[in-house]
Amino acid sequence: MSSREAILARIRAAVADAPAEEPPLPRAYRRSHLAPGADPVGLFAERVADYRATVTRTDPAGLPAALAAALTAHGARRLAVPAGFPAELLPPGAWQWHHEPLTVPELDGLDGSLTLAAVGIAVTGTLVLDAGPGHGRRALSLVPDYHLCVIRAEQIAADVPEALTRLDPARPLTFISGPSATSDIELDRVEGVHGPRTLHVIIVEPREPA
Amino acid sequence: MTAPNDRGVVWLGSPAFPEAAREALKDGQLRANLRRATATIRDKRLSVSAELDDWEQLRDAAAAIKQHTARHLDRYLVQLEESVTAAGGTVHWAADAAEANRIVTELVRATGGSDDETREVVKVKSMATQEIGLNEHLAEHGITAYETDLAELIVQLGDDRPSHILVPAIHKNRTEIRDLFAAEMGRHGIAAPEGLTDEPRALAEAARRHLRHKFLSAKVAVSGANFACADTGTVLVVESEGNGRMCLTLPETLITVMGIEKVIPSFADLEVFLQLLPRSSTGERMNPYTSAWSGTTEGDGPSAFHLVLLDNGRTDTLADPVGRQALGCIRCSACLNVCPVFERTGGHAYGSVYPGPIGAVLTPQLVGVDSDTKGAAASLPFASTLCGACYDACPVKINIPEVLTHLRAKVVEAEGGRTVEALAMKAAGKVLDSPRLLTAAQKAAALGGKVLARDGRIGRLPGPLHGWTDSRDTPAPPTESFRSWWRKNREGGTS
Ligand code: SF4
Repeated sequence: MSSREAILARIRAAVADAPAEEPPLPRAYRRSHLAPGADPVGLFAERVADYRATVTRTDPAGLPAALAAALTAHGARRLAVPAGFPAELLPPGAWQWHHEPLTVPELDGLDGSLTLAAVGIAVTGTLVLDAGPGHGRRALSLVPDYHLCVIRAEQIAADVPEALTRLDPARPLTFISGPSATSDIELDRVEGVHGPRTLHVIIVEPREPA
Repeated sequence: MTAPNDRGVVWLGSPAFPEAAREALKDGQLRANLRRATATIRDKRLSVSAELDDWEQLRDAAAAIKQHTARHLDRYLVQLEESVTAAGGTVHWAADAAEANRIVTELVRATGGSDDETREVVKVKSMATQEIGLNEHLAEHGITAYETDLAELIVQLGDDRPSHILVPAIHKNRTEIRDLFAAEMGRHGIAAPEGLTDEPRALAEAARRHLRHKFLSAKVAVSGANFACADTGTVLVVESEGNGRMCLTLPETLITVMGIEKVIPSFADLEVFLQLLPRSSTGERMNPYTSAWSGTTEGDGPSAFHLVLLDNGRTDTLADPVGRQALGCIRCSACLNVCPVFERTGGHAYGSVYPGPIGAVLTPQLVGVDSDTKGAAASLPFASTLCGACYDACPVKINIPEVLTHLRAKVVEAEGGRTVEALAMKAAGKVLDSPRLLTAAQKAAALGGKVLARDGRIGRLPGPLHGWTDSRDTPAPPTESFRSWWRKNREGGTS
């Protein structure tokens, strides 16, 4: 008997007591922890910033300038840009935009990456990338030490349950909540280990926030 | 097929809990480190879980999903196998540690390279691979496994053993870590920078520099899994540092070793666990990184994905209707951080890769209380005051005190003539180390024994066993690495 058959047989013997008909699972928890009437975009901005990431809010017209300001502030000049990132958003200036194909050592030599995201989660301050257009393959937003990510306000889901319904599990998903961090030394969180040590999120809203 | 000796889990030669605990209690530095770390995390966990006013409903759902999955585990595993295969992955089944090690070793070898070339794999922190002793097995076959999680790196560089399931180097403080990095990093790759300080930020930077080229050059990665969704074949690794993302993304081949109990029915069920796990483990609303992948993706990440499904005593655990709830564990470590016994003894005293309250219920079930390893494993159900803090903290509502009392009864049965008082006292007497408390504890345990005699179950122990409130600090003995202690003991033939 193969181990597969043996394990399955052992399981069947072990749970012979299980009822064939199961009662429905209790799901009395909330679909969202966003307070009624609260602004998901504002909460998202606050919660992302709680992880010591930088957050900028802007409108479509202000986006190139916001990108330029972020890159200038960080001193990033050589950037990986994934296929599908809208060329018209790239700010004019002395930046080098590096496009795929990029080897991993090439990525390692760049200052940062500039990507879009698939979904945001307001309550947890999380970005999700799904390797779609403008996200790049997973290495692109991982290997360089700085990640500048643009998300549109309508991509921000209130909470985890809603966010999962917006995602396609067939795609490789990366949930990002702040910069790389560790709690391994005395269980105290410090930012910056192997992933990008600086995360900057730019939220694009239909109009200038009041 | 699954002789308990092939299962790993416990460290051979470990003394039973009472003896190990007595030694640990003498280590004032260890206790200070643990007290500091667990106090920090307890406060954070409480504040972020209190943000969700439906925390109890989430726990109920998590417990129900896990229990439901366990009762229909055969069906969900077969479904997972189909989904992963359809998505381009390959599924392997391993009855025990020996078989899992053999599968992984063959997969690493099959990735090519000449025979005299040193084979290297990078590893993401994984309880399952620790349980089966994978690194040691690979080393015997000429394959070097590099641990990439910061705490695992600390343990590996220190030739040490993990003492906590989430933060395996919790027994070491920042100064001890600095000294270790300064002394050892250079012998395994890029050395720590001159003048390294004990600032956590500087230590993290040293780890980043040390591991960078290993990530960039590795051809094979080995990981564990936090969850695997039967319906979509999606496997998840929840982490903080980005070492997981590196291992899951950059190498050509990814081998994931996963206990069969990690399967959940659907991708949608993650809505429960992704809320509970980060808040319960590191006390964050969300951990920095979670990677989710289904099979392989053209042009992104590994071109070969192997999922090894590991039994290794889990089906034995499943056969016990009371004990099987321990399989619901999502390894958040909240029960360790609230446990008064763990805070005093640390993780090494449990003699197993699974320490603390969850270890006290899981270890004896995985290896059996009547096996050859019973010296260490059979003492673990007594390594508790039954205070119930672990049950309250557990995000999947595992009733650890209930399982402990159930296992105590089993141990007593297996031991034949010995009474529960004798066993409980053996643990308590060594740990409490105070005549006054001992007397009271004996009364408490005698009471427990009477309850046992009446209905086969033991209730909560009252009195000093309830609180463990008075362990004294004594001067620390000369430090000795865990492994050197272990070798000495093994050579001394005390296993
Ligand atoms: S038993 Fe519960 S509290 Fe303990 S590690 Fe497992 S899930 Fe967490």
